[in-house]
Amino acid sequence: MLGTSVYLNGKLIGFHNNPKDLVQTIRDRRRNGKLPYEVTVAYYEDRNEVYINADEGRALRPLIIVEKGKPKLTKEHIKLLKEGKLSFDDLVKNGIIEYLDAEEEENAYIAITEDELTEEHTHLEIHPALILGVCSIISPYPEHNSAPRVPMTSAMIKQSLGLYALNYRLRTDTQSHIMYYPHVPIVKTKFHKIVGAEGKPAGQNFIVAIMPYRGYNINDAIVLNKASVERGLGRTVYFRTYETQERRYPGGQKDKFERPKPEISGYRGDEAYRFLDENGIIEPEFKVNGGDVVVGKTSPPRFLEEIGEFGGMIEEKRRENSLAIKQGESGYVDLVLITESESGNRLVKVRTRKEMVPEIGDKFAARHGQKGVVGLLVPQEDMPFSQSGIIPDMCMNPHAIPSRMTVGYLLEALGAKVGSLAGRHIDGTPFDNEKERDLREELKRYGFKPNGTEILYDGVTGERIKAEIYVGVIYYQKLKHLVSMKMHARARGPVQILTRQPTEGRAREGGLRFGEMERDCLIGHGTSMLLMERLLEESDKVTEMVCPRCGIIAINDQIRKKAYCPVCGSTEVYPIDMSYAFKLLLNELISMGILPKLNLTDKV
Amino acid sequence: MEKVFEAYKDKIPKSILEEVIEKTKGMNKSEIKKMLEKVREEYEKSLLDIGEAVGIVAAQSIGEPGTQMTMKTFHFAGVAELAVPQGLPRFIELVDVRRAPKMPMMWIYTKDPKDYEKTVEIAKKIEELEITKIAAIREDFIKKRIHVLVDMDKLKEEGLDFEEIKKRLEKAVRKKAKVEGENDIVFDLKVSTLKALRRYTNKLEEVRIKGVPNIKKAAVIKQDGEYVIQTEGTNLKGIMALSDKLIDKRRVRCNNVKEIEEVLGIEAARETLLREAKAVLDNQGLTVDVRHLMLLVDSMTASGVVRPVGRQGVSGMKSSVFARAAFEETVRHLLDAALRGEKDGLKGVTENIIVGQPIPIGTGTVGLIMKKK
Repeated sequence: MLGTSVYLNGKLIGFHNNPKDLVQTIRDRRRNGKLPYEVTVAYYEDRNEVYINADEGRALRPLIIVEKGKPKLTKEHIKLLKEGKLSFDDLVKNGIIEYLDAEEEENAYIAITEDELTEEHTHLEIHPALILGVCSIISPYPEHNSAPRVPMTSAMIKQSLGLYALNYRLRTDTQSHIMYYPHVPIVKTKFHKIVGAEGKPAGQNFIVAIMPYRGYNINDAIVLNKASVERGLGRTVYFRTYETQERRYPGGQKDKFERPKPEISGYRGDEAYRFLDENGIIEPEFKVNGGDVVVGKTSPPRFLEEIGEFGGMIEEKRRENSLAIKQGESGYVDLVLITESESGNRLVKVRTRKEMVPEIGDKFAARHGQKGVVGLLVPQEDMPFSQSGIIPDMCMNPHAIPSRMTVGYLLEALGAKVGSLAGRHIDGTPFDNEKERDLREELKRYGFKPNGTEILYDGVTGERIKAEIYVGVIYYQKLKHLVSMKMHARARGPVQILTRQPTEGRAREGGLRFGEMERDCLIGHGTSMLLMERLLEESDKVTEMVCPRCGIIAINDQIRKKAYCPVCGSTEVYPIDMSYAFKLLLNELISMGILPKLNLTDKV
Repeated sequence: MEKVFEAYKDKIPKSILEEVIEKTKGMNKSEIKKMLEKVREEYEKSLLDIGEAVGIVAAQSIGEPGTQMTMKTFHFAGVAELAVPQGLPRFIELVDVRRAPKMPMMWIYTKDPKDYEKTVEIAKKIEELEITKIAAIREDFIKKRIHVLVDMDKLKEEGLDFEEIKKRLEKAVRKKAKVEGENDIVFDLKVSTLKALRRYTNKLEEVRIKGVPNIKKAAVIKQDGEYVIQTEGTNLKGIMALSDKLIDKRRVRCNNVKEIEEVLGIEAARETLLREAKAVLDNQGLTVDVRHLMLLVDSMTASGVVRPVGRQGVSGMKSSVFARAAFEETVRHLLDAALRGEKDGLKGVTENIIVGQPIPIGTGTVGLIMKKK
């Protein structure tokens, strides 16, 4: 037996007879500052291996070292820290706090709170909430929500629109959203500041009444106050950057930014170029729509010579290759940037800006896995109101609460209500937050019912709503799924060249696929003609001439207005309806060396 | 009275008519007439319309609840510890007609299913016991001998006779053996090569002391107040060869469809397939009309042999080139069809969709015929 294998940065470097000693020595030295703090060591007893890691790419996290059931961090330290006489780095240097990676964590026994410490514990969590990740740690009261809702929140926080970067006016991201007036949440956690979520918030504090609104907020829909929206609630800007450069081609040819002349091949028409200046580049603050050219560009011909209309070689014209706004998009030109690309070509970036006002179908979410889509924008006068004249920004359906058990949502509403009355932030840190009892107490002092409910009046009829309505303030995030960027319908439109079937996808103005299972349904119903309409008439129907003797698709000479069989030359051919895909199949079979023949019979 | 029933002879199936006759005993003539009319109405109502897409409806009716089936392999607790595939895996197994299911099983009833003692006795008799389970076989390469060391405790447990085992072994290798010590059966083989010695060892290892081949386990379970022998591993032929005095052959069940097909024929296989498929769905708490399953099972067995659903079976046997090419192995089917000069009559659904014609189902079943002048 060679002893315990020792690996350094994943490579076997030798063997050791006393692994426990080795590991302890390394740890001691690290704590003494003789080894860098980022060195970690793990001993796998079952595999008899020691892993020492000092390389890059490992996530480390700080923990308080515990010895004999006593944390090394004392009240003394905390006092000095508060006075500013000690820094966090000093604690690491003095072996009070150390960093562990995922591997060394396997050897540690970490207590989450101080009072559960035993002799066996090796470490203590600095704060119990640190078991959570960046997204979960900035959601308030998560321990009051059912477990599946917490990761759902984390997933949605990543989709929220806010102030993602302070230099957004200088940036040229392909696509970006900025919220008009983001708030710092009234109920926040101790970690908002640390994570940086306070300086770059992504959401707004909405006044929410938890009540149904005439069926417009069933099934997780939400009803928004139209006046609030017009005041700027949930409003974002959408930036999109278009980019093009003057490319160089072999043979010394170059693209050219210019206003394309009508004789150029592929000319889009005068209309499309109307915003361009003499350099062929648009200026800021023009309102552009889909198809408008922002940078006029022509490219050199692909081949230097080409066969002309009447035979003989003529010089090919330059091609139109302009940069245009995507079909279906619009906005104002926000920024025009002319620089040089990496390869030294002239490069133009054009950023458009568009205001995105919340509309029916936009997605919003609170920080408790409670997401919903706007179902209706209600004029302020039709929204419910309280005696003091408070009108909510939003009506959220109460059915969203019981089955999902997101009690944290209700606590946040209560907390933020208190916070907005008291003019302070409420602490909703996971496992360490302001208690419901205190919040109720405080709310009572401000003259509200301690349970958070209020008496509301129907905005339409003016009658008092019989039930007491829970009203509070909830931090809502606008999520990046905006209807205006997803809505799509098609009646007629482009087809694919190969199959002549409708194109796919919104960007290509495509059709909605009538799939295999949908087809099965029509077969199951026996609706033969409807099926044919879906699959043939609305798709790739063609009428081909077929020679009844040879069973082969005839040549249909449009110029001579004559159809004849390519095999026997007979002009006695009949028109047959078929799908173009089938005609293509016949052609492909011929290319395989198989000659398919069609047998024609009379329909009746 | 007879005349009343006579009039409905061609309108109602025989079995239903007989039931009506049975149930209407003691009624007067007009009542019976009314009853028959009502029965005829109900019967005709439950008949399928011409052009109904039974296949698609059956597929959807089985497929939709099928999405809810669990992918779990269930473990029985207790005496018979068997890992039996259930739900979707088992259903796939049936539809694929695997040569052997993951857990081949048989249920055997004795002549007297209430007698526990006797049932256990028979179960022991059926269970296969190989020599390797009660003895260790050791080769002596130097002296060219093979030792069979019998575990006397196990021998006792199984209620076997030492001499009997010796005889069996001798019979298997056609050589005489000596007994050394109290449990060592020695074969002193006059062989020159080790290879030859190993050949004898292999032969010895295969010796079966008792039981029916392939019945790896036989446990007695109680089912509806009767004792049933549940076996792991199947051998329908072997079980059927047992004496009538021991078991009730008509009640023997087996979950290996392929084996039933070989031993009892296609009708029995169809029946088993249907029963097993239904059992899977019932077990999962899903209600699917039997007639859907019957259609499935019928299409699998209609050719006279059990065929799986899929490339090798039902789908690959379709008469239309296009239908086959649309399913799987497109190029192979097209090339083969070209070689044979096949003709597609465009009789099915798939072909007509491909070509772009109305499908011959539902509203597409009707056609026009010209009147000759």
